[in-house]
Amino acid sequence: MKLYRALLHLYPSSYRTEYGAEMTGIFAQEVRLRSTVLGRLWLWVETFLEVLSNAAAVHRQIARRDLRYSLRSLLRSPGFTATAVLLVTIGIGANAAIFNLADFVLVRPLPFPEPERLVKVYEKHPGYSMMELSPANYRDFIVSTSSFESLAAYTDIDMNLLGQGEPLRVEGAIVTGNLFSTLGRSPWIGRYFAERDDQAGAPATVMLSYGFWQTEFGGDASVVGKSIILDDRAYTVVGVMPPDFHFPTRETKFWRTFQFQEENYKDRNDNWIIGIGRLKPGISIDQARTGLQLIAKRLQQQYPKENENVGATVLSMRDELSKQSRWLLFALVGAAVCLLVITCANLANLLLVRAIARQKELSIRVSLGANRRTILRQLLSESVILGLAGGLGAVGVAAATLPLLARLVPTALPTQEVPPVDFRLLILALGLTAITVIAFGVAPAIRVCRNAGLSGLREGTRTGGSGSQRVRSALVIAEVAVSVVLLISSGLLVRAMWKVQETDPGFRGENVLTLRTALPLPKYEKTDVRKQFYTKVLRDVRRLPGVVNAAYISALPMVWRGGIWPVVIGGRSQNRSEGTSASLRYVTPDFFATMGIPILSGRDVSEADTNAKPYVAVVSESFVRRYWPDESPIGRHFEFAAHDREVAGVVKDVRVRGLERASEPQVYIPYTQVPDGWIIGYIPKDLAIHANRPPQYLVPQVRRIIGEADPQQPISDVRTMDEIVAGETQSRAVQTRVLMTFTAVAVFLAALGIYGLLSFTVSLREQEFGIRMALGAQQGDIFRMVLSKGAVLTLSGLIPGWLLAYMSGRWLQSLLAGLKPWDILMFSVASALCFAAASIGTLIPAMRAVRVDPTSVMKAE
Amino acid sequence: MHIIWHMSEGPSAESLLPLQPTTFHILLSLAEEDRHGYAIILDVARRTGGKIRLSAGTLYRSIQRMLELGLIIETKSRPIPEMDDERRRYYRITPLGTAVAKAEVNRLSSLVKMARACGVTPRTT
Repeated sequence: MKLYRALLHLYPSSYRTEYGAEMTGIFAQEVRLRSTVLGRLWLWVETFLEVLSNAAAVHRQIARRDLRYSLRSLLRSPGFTATAVLLVTIGIGANAAIFNLADFVLVRPLPFPEPERLVKVYEKHPGYSMMELSPANYRDFIVSTSSFESLAAYTDIDMNLLGQGEPLRVEGAIVTGNLFSTLGRSPWIGRYFAERDDQAGAPATVMLSYGFWQTEFGGDASVVGKSIILDDRAYTVVGVMPPDFHFPTRETKFWRTFQFQEENYKDRNDNWIIGIGRLKPGISIDQARTGLQLIAKRLQQQYPKENENVGATVLSMRDELSKQSRWLLFALVGAAVCLLVITCANLANLLLVRAIARQKELSIRVSLGANRRTILRQLLSESVILGLAGGLGAVGVAAATLPLLARLVPTALPTQEVPPVDFRLLILALGLTAITVIAFGVAPAIRVCRNAGLSGLREGTRTGGSGSQRVRSALVIAEVAVSVVLLISSGLLVRAMWKVQETDPGFRGENVLTLRTALPLPKYEKTDVRKQFYTKVLRDVRRLPGVVNAAYISALPMVWRGGIWPVVIGGRSQNRSEGTSASLRYVTPDFFATMGIPILSGRDVSEADTNAKPYVAVVSESFVRRYWPDESPIGRHFEFAAHDREVAGVVKDVRVRGLERASEPQVYIPYTQVPDGWIIGYIPKDLAIHANRPPQYLVPQVRRIIGEADPQQPISDVRTMDEIVAGETQSRAVQTRVLMTFTAVAVFLAALGIYGLLSFTVSLREQEFGIRMALGAQQGDIFRMVLSKGAVLTLSGLIPGWLLAYMSGRWLQSLLAGLKPWDILMFSVASALCFAAASIGTLIPAMRAVRVDPTSVMKAE
Repeated sequence: MHIIWHMSEGPSAESLLPLQPTTFHILLSLAEEDRHGYAIILDVARRTGGKIRLSAGTLYRSIQRMLELGLIIETKSRPIPEMDDERRRYYRITPLGTAVAKAEVNRLSSLVKMARACGVTPRTT
């Protein structure tokens, strides 16, 4: 029988206590009825299986009953239930969304086979840690390196798609024939490029992205083998890449191959392609970097003039993400964790109060014979229901907010734009919920069960002993501290954003419309042909009502951040270690007037500056400061973009590389002083129009004018200069908005925490207040007592909060745009806000304490 | 001690149909007289010619459920002392239990009627 009794332990203990003895009795009778050994053996087998299945069924039955019971009990206090579920939803939802985003951007492997072996290869120049490669150096790297299984290269290109209805400007990439095999992805249909496709003289071929294939070719598979027209040239479509293939960016819609000629290898200073390689198995990034650096050193010796101080660097494809993108995300993760701490603390407080408030009810149940385990189980199942409901809400919140957070996914990441909600998010939400709810549901449950004896029944028993009060005070202090950290950090980030927004870009932003008409080659190879186009467009645009001025430039500042060229002064060979590059732009006359860039001395470029005249240039202030700090620059000569140029004018600096990065000095060259077919990457393509009112109304008319100048010329990137500048701080803006929301919720929850704790304290001490008042205490004394308790709690939270905020500020330094992490203003404002919120939380319970009627309290006693 | 929170608004007889065979047999057994667990097992076995022999686990799981649903109660009245086994608990069918058993019989007999109307009748030997 011992064995049978042991077997009965599979049943829940309450069930065993109830029926165990009788079941054992019946089993004994059954054993007596079986006389043979085989019969008894068979009975044991039957019994074993029967106990297994029945015990499982009883457990299920009890769990169902507990859940039903808990559900009813929760529905009886809808306020508590809604608050708790909301807390879990907010805390876990925000965390799940932010973690999913961070995981997507920072951790999740890129969608290529063995992505850890994929690396980017750059040259390293003084002042530039990542410089594009020149085709010549790329070729030498390939020949000499032994670290790579394959080393491919690419560069971005925009081309005009013709013959598919409206002419369309599309972003694409020029790649080496081995790019797709290096990345290791197969085409969706057709084939991908082979090495033969990038040989000089090979037929022109193109591959399409899945999205482009769908939108422009209706997903028609027969497009493979057909020709499409890009920039006046026919390309045969050889394949379509799969839907989840994005390279180098999400915007890339097609790929065509380089067909390097011998002349492309002549200039080692012409840096415009990016290397992407697959490391040989077992080769680390460091090994590959060291290897390439050795090769670069050898090239320095071989080409001492062109390759002076030119090194090489190799970095993991994942690590290419900008430091700022990373820190923006880290800051959000930190804020989400803070929010989680606050919601957990609030939830814990809520569950504790409920447990204490129910102590009497539970004591009655225990004294009537209820099993303590049953009560514990029911309390736990309440927590599970709250957690599940909150967890479900959290997944909803996360799924709904992910698309909003998608702006924080850097465009440079070769992945899709909106992070998918994957099952790991679900597991994460469930895991976080389980930890929160079990940690803060079990502790109070155990505590209540321990106390739930007759003690709870004693008349006039005041529950919520000093131990529990201390725990609850500690939780509230933690909430205040974390709120202060969030307030100060997000305040600092908001101020940093304002500071960046206030940065003077050096040009006019308002009422300037910009758009791109990238002229295709070879149609516009000749300078004169281009001039006709620009002249007609600018003349007609300037005639439009409200237009003040208009001009063309190679590319607008902040739109194209690169485009630099080495400067040679007085025939002195360039010394790269001095950082002698300047940004190169071709402009039409009146560009400076259109953009509001003041001409400080000399003159603007003019239509008279033709190829037949001496080459001139307009340079920026910083250019003058660098080369002729104490002399008049007008009339001086320098060598730039392969020609000698005379300084004709000096203008103010503009922020070419964006609001947060220093820019090289700028050199502007007349659009007419360039030999035919020369440096085609710099052909003016961005049109800027200054109007005397918000310029959006001009778009249809400008489209018409360009259509008249060249019906096959597509227009793209229509936006105002203000939008371009705002784009500079867009990810900061999204981040600060998310942070502000988190902070607002956090401060609200902290105030709620203080309110909850003090209300509870007041209700516990009503009797004491009553007696004090009966003994002559004034209402003001009681009021001050409660207020000072609130103030002590807030102050105790403020001090660790300041310390943590300082630490987090130092950690965020790279995002603070020069602000100090111990910004006194921010600390004071945050503390004052926190104090104000806490005071609101304190006032209501304090007023209640004052209203305690001594007579009724004494009577109740 | 069970917390029976649904006693006030008990279920209707029809809402509990169809009954599980074990539940039905226990109700039939208790319809005759109050019985303890082992007596129920023996009675069901006798009534079914030994075809159904309830195990202790199945019996008490059903009893627990039937107690919760209010189909049976534990009775305090005991048989005459010489027949009584003090260790054992006796169960009695409630009016709801009787109603449910009757409703189940009605359900079964109308099923049989329906089957007969369709010509599906068991061959009698």
